[in-house]
Amino acid sequence: MISVEFSDFGWRHAGRRAPAVSGVDLRIEPGERVLLLGPSGSGKSTLLAALAGLLSTDSGESSGRVLLDGTDAAARRGRVGILFQDPETQLVMARSGDDVAFGLENQAVPAEEIWPRVREALAAVGFPYPLSHPTHALSGGEQQRLALAGVLARRPDLILLDEPTANVDPEGAEAIRESIRKSLAETSATMIVVEHRVADILDLIDRVVALGPGGEPVADGPPEAVFAEHGRSLAEQGVWVPGAPVPDRRGGGAGPSRLRGEQLTQTYPGAARPALSGVDFDLREGELLAVTGPNGSGKSTLCLLAGGLMKPTGGRTSVPGEARPLHRLPARRLTTRVGSVFQDTEHQFVTGTVRSELAFAPKAAGWARPRIDARVDELLERLRLDRLAEANPHTLSGGEARRLSVASALAAAPGVLLLDEPTFGQDRRTWGELVDLTANIRDEGTAVLAVTHDRDFAAALADRELVLRRGEVDREVGRC
Amino acid sequence: MLTLAPVSDERAPIARANPIAKVAAAALVSTTALLAGDWLTPLLLLAALAAIVPFTGIRPGPLAHRLKWLWLAAGTVTAVNTLFAAEKTGTTLLSAGPLQIASDPLIDGAALGLRVCVAATAGVLGFATTDPTDLADALTQQLRTSPRFTIGSLAALRMLPLLGAEWRQITTARRARGMEGGRNPIRRARLFASTMFTLLVGALRRAGRLAMAMDARGFDSAVPRTHARTQRMRRADWLILAAAAAVSIAAVALSVAYGTFKVLVST
Repeated sequence: MISVEFSDFGWRHAGRRAPAVSGVDLRIEPGERVLLLGPSGSGKSTLLAALAGLLSTDSGESSGRVLLDGTDAAARRGRVGILFQDPETQLVMARSGDDVAFGLENQAVPAEEIWPRVREALAAVGFPYPLSHPTHALSGGEQQRLALAGVLARRPDLILLDEPTANVDPEGAEAIRESIRKSLAETSATMIVVEHRVADILDLIDRVVALGPGGEPVADGPPEAVFAEHGRSLAEQGVWVPGAPVPDRRGGGAGPSRLRGEQLTQTYPGAARPALSGVDFDLREGELLAVTGPNGSGKSTLCLLAGGLMKPTGGRTSVPGEARPLHRLPARRLTTRVGSVFQDTEHQFVTGTVRSELAFAPKAAGWARPRIDARVDELLERLRLDRLAEANPHTLSGGEARRLSVASALAAAPGVLLLDEPTFGQDRRTWGELVDLTANIRDEGTAVLAVTHDRDFAAALADRELVLRRGEVDREVGRC
Repeated sequence: MLTLAPVSDERAPIARANPIAKVAAAALVSTTALLAGDWLTPLLLLAALAAIVPFTGIRPGPLAHRLKWLWLAAGTVTAVNTLFAAEKTGTTLLSAGPLQIASDPLIDGAALGLRVCVAATAGVLGFATTDPTDLADALTQQLRTSPRFTIGSLAALRMLPLLGAEWRQITTARRARGMEGGRNPIRRARLFASTMFTLLVGALRRAGRLAMAMDARGFDSAVPRTHARTQRMRRADWLILAAAAAVSIAAVALSVAYGTFKVLVST
């Protein structure tokens, strides 16, 4: 147990003019379990990094003080453990047991105590594999639980969780929360968690602190009181406030067929069974088809095959008016038929400004200059990107980057839009924007296929739902 | 998948040996082969290496797979040195137009190729039976290398296989955007360069995050680290070193006795 105190704390990243946080005053008592909320960019992660002693003087400039039990946080980092979002970049070692041992070796724990403590920590998070299990063979959720064991083994007095489930699918996320629940019950450590999906972790916390845009606390107290009083403004800032209603944006009926998949089969090299086997689908104008199913059911593979981005080992995808199957079309022609948007927007941006990003596919398709300009202006306005026309795509916020990736997929006017986990890791406000945006695109006549884990997204938008299981169609549900 | 994980049965005697002992033994044998300028010394060393394969626990398939390219390189060395030797002395074995194979260059070429074979085989046997983690442990504990550098490299090594998957993702994402090399070689080259750049930027960003996660678990604390697994030289490890030395000396001695021995750099 340890107390936490920020007094007039501020931090400015090197090379930035505006501080990430400034004038933060906050005290957390020993043993408290605190949820830290705030709009993106309010500096939640910066505060956690400060507590973990990870803000070095060469990466920025700090002001005020951060104290743990009354002394400077940077001097007590051995007592703090932090779990980050990304499972892939938290594991150091090739064998699971070694990875947990890594933090103990650094702490100079005597060799004979290391393995008992490793076993204890792995048991606390319910890790199901032996010590020698390779870390690269774990799923994202399992990797995250292993990383949690690595944090717990060091027996920290302050546990920091920075959106621990944001990069993991729903089943994996639930298992992580279960591990956190179990291990927190066994320790008296102070805990601070950053999380957008509030409802899922309400039972883990006893205090909520909501930050304003500059990092200053704007609401503070027991969860019920904070949500009763500030629920509305928090929801507007992007927090998933418990009990908020899901909109209904189902479509008005489907038109002619726009994209057809026949007997689609895909077996990856070296795989024991096909990732996808004999799947048929028909996507029609003005409808949204949600493709759902558990992890490894072949959803993402179906999305790649539907978009003509991979050669199927069997079957074909085609659009009306095109004799060749989609995977054989040159890329510049493909973009005029089908637009694909991936979960990770980062790799999809290929130019230096938002405007040239939108002009890219039409230009490659050989459109005339005036037609391209008219199309780009139209998209900038429709997707509210006009203010950002000259900005670099890589500097956009999560919501803006998502809007741009949808706009650039639609730029060359394809009749079909494919979305792979469009709402993954988004806050509540961006989520609402995406639901509206997708509904509008569909209602204007585009056929939309969305691969999603997100029950709320499917409930709000889907006209039909295709449920996959082990690479095959389990069932199809009509929802009109 | 790109991987450097061991491919041997971990219970085999050589797989269980200390990594430093194995690296030193492999270095000893390779150095002997590289310094000898004749054909008999490397041939004897290669025979000795073949004799220890059963004790390494490596299955023939994966072994052949790892050796394939290295032996191909050795074959090329032999061919080039035979065909393009300056003085084609000795008996002419084959003469077809400009192509001439004489006995002396053939022997010299074979000697050079065999030396490459020995070095490659010794290295493959050493690394295919060694877990990188154990090697890093041994380096920091026995040779006192800097943990910051050694464990840092080990962590970087673990991220290597991710690059292949990332490359495919970038290429797919670009096709979706209408960006593709097609048949135009210049466009292909430019696309390759820009994909490589994206890959590197991503790798650097990941490395930064990993470094932060490692420091958060105390990797940069000033306390001297302890070791979960102790690496030290045991009797079997000294035996391996002694055997490597004995084999090297014996090969040279036999070659001298047979009258073929010469040192690579003749004065």
